Amino acid sequence: MLRIASGAGFSGDRLEPAVELAQRARLDYLVLECLAERTIALAQKRKQQDPALGYDPLLEKRIRSLLPIIAKNGVRIITNMGAANPVSAAEKIIEIAEEFKVPIKVAAVTGDDVLMFIHKNKETVEFFPSLNENDFIISANAYMGAEAIVKALETGANIIITGRVADPSLFLAPMMHHFGWSAEDEELLGRGTVIGHLLECGGQITGGYFADPGIKDVPDMARLGFPIAEIQPDGTAVIFKLPETGGILNRMTVKEQLLYEVMDPSEYMTPDVIADFTSVCIREVGTDLVEVTGGHGKKRPEGLKASIGYEAGFIGEGEITYAGHNALKRAELAGDIVKTRLQDRFKELTIDLIGVTSAHRGGIDRFGQPYEVRLRVAAKAESLEDAQMIGEEVEALYTNGPAGGGGARKYVQEVVGIVSAIVPREAVHPTILVKETL
Amino acid sequence: MKRKLYEVAHSRAGDKGDVLMLSLIPYEEKLYEPLCNAVTAERVKHHLRHIVKGEVVRYEMPNISALQFVCQNALLGGVTTSLGMDTHGKTLSYALLEMEVDLE
Repeated sequence: MLRIASGAGFSGDRLEPAVELAQRARLDYLVLECLAERTIALAQKRKQQDPALGYDPLLEKRIRSLLPIIAKNGVRIITNMGAANPVSAAEKIIEIAEEFKVPIKVAAVTGDDVLMFIHKNKETVEFFPSLNENDFIISANAYMGAEAIVKALETGANIIITGRVADPSLFLAPMMHHFGWSAEDEELLGRGTVIGHLLECGGQITGGYFADPGIKDVPDMARLGFPIAEIQPDGTAVIFKLPETGGILNRMTVKEQLLYEVMDPSEYMTPDVIADFTSVCIREVGTDLVEVTGGHGKKRPEGLKASIGYEAGFIGEGEITYAGHNALKRAELAGDIVKTRLQDRFKELTIDLIGVTSAHRGGIDRFGQPYEVRLRVAAKAESLEDAQMIGEEVEALYTNGPAGGGGARKYVQEVVGIVSAIVPREAVHPTILVKETL
Repeated sequence: MKRKLYEVAHSRAGDKGDVLMLSLIPYEEKLYEPLCNAVTAERVKHHLRHIVKGEVVRYEMPNISALQFVCQNALLGGVTTSLGMDTHGKTLSYALLEMEVDLE
């Protein structure tokens, strides 16, 4: 029997659920998944500015809160917070451990960076969607599988820190290591991948991204507990959360999470296996206690998926609110004014009416006249200066636009686009580097 | 009897690039079959025609009494470069649930 919990489901996730899990859940492993598609490209940019950076900005905070606990009770942490620089992240963790005077061993897993490969093979590699000739590539990282992490676990390290690894592989690796599952046993890898997929988004299986008051009620969401899996050697598991934490875990939350971001439920591809979710069984066996059985697997895909980050210019935005009688008409007039002034200069210009058309694009309307409407104008631009014009034009509506416009705000952001490509496994060389406290 | 999907089912949205995934899960498992008949890929494509510009494929999951709709070309280019307000399309599960269906 093996206990693995998910202590973070994305880079900005809450800190304290992981602390509670490390303290009270009698865990073997705590996994922190903190790396979104775009995060690593942004991290790569930070590393270019300072070679000692490029790991997750919250690494220090998360590790400081967990290190004293895991040094005492032996819970091992597996995390992709290394982002673009797992080695510097490992050094940072050692630095913190020495400050705390706790002995610790950290294993950094590298090899996911395939930027050189992509540059050398730019002519032959196929990008989805395609890139333009002069698009500037910032980063290219292949999704590594569980095997690299298994090797890191074999070093006995307390903390394993990686860059880009497929999310379910972060969970599958400790199962393979603990139970001695072979990398060729596709049936077990398939089941383990199901469990990893269910856990990878943290609170999304315990009532987060689920609650709908009066319809799907979730208690005490301010203290949402994160999920724990107790796994058997045959790859079946029960999923639960700590008592006295908020949230809910039932067949509905598990079903929603099983299908989350799944393109084809019969062929869920990871670097380790092609998992089949169409034979998974979900059964409520107690309060906030769900049993997950079944699931299949077949041979892993030939190549590895890689995420390629490129510079995609800037987005400028401006917003202003109208309220009360005729608010919608006034917001529409405001949008027309900005559009007339900017449309020749910006090829892609979006006019949204927040409260009316911004989320569902106006296609599904049944609510009639809103009491208040917020105009939002957004456009892509090649330079920062051009992007700033969008917010400036919206702000100028204060004195030049329709009556009663208030609360203008302007934003500019540098855009990193992501495309994907398949790279051969030979382009990826998983490497383990172990660091220890003195 | 005509009903809105939100009365009988729940849904969660996911994204990968410009692809939107929408699950559709009946509150009562016995409604799975009627939902299969009523909520076809074509009807979903029509209902979401202002949002989804590409193909809609439906996957059936009788093992958990759920459907999955995979919608191509649905997220204004995808989360990283979209000019939209909800770049991930996280709110779009509720666009699906606005669909009206006739359940036998």
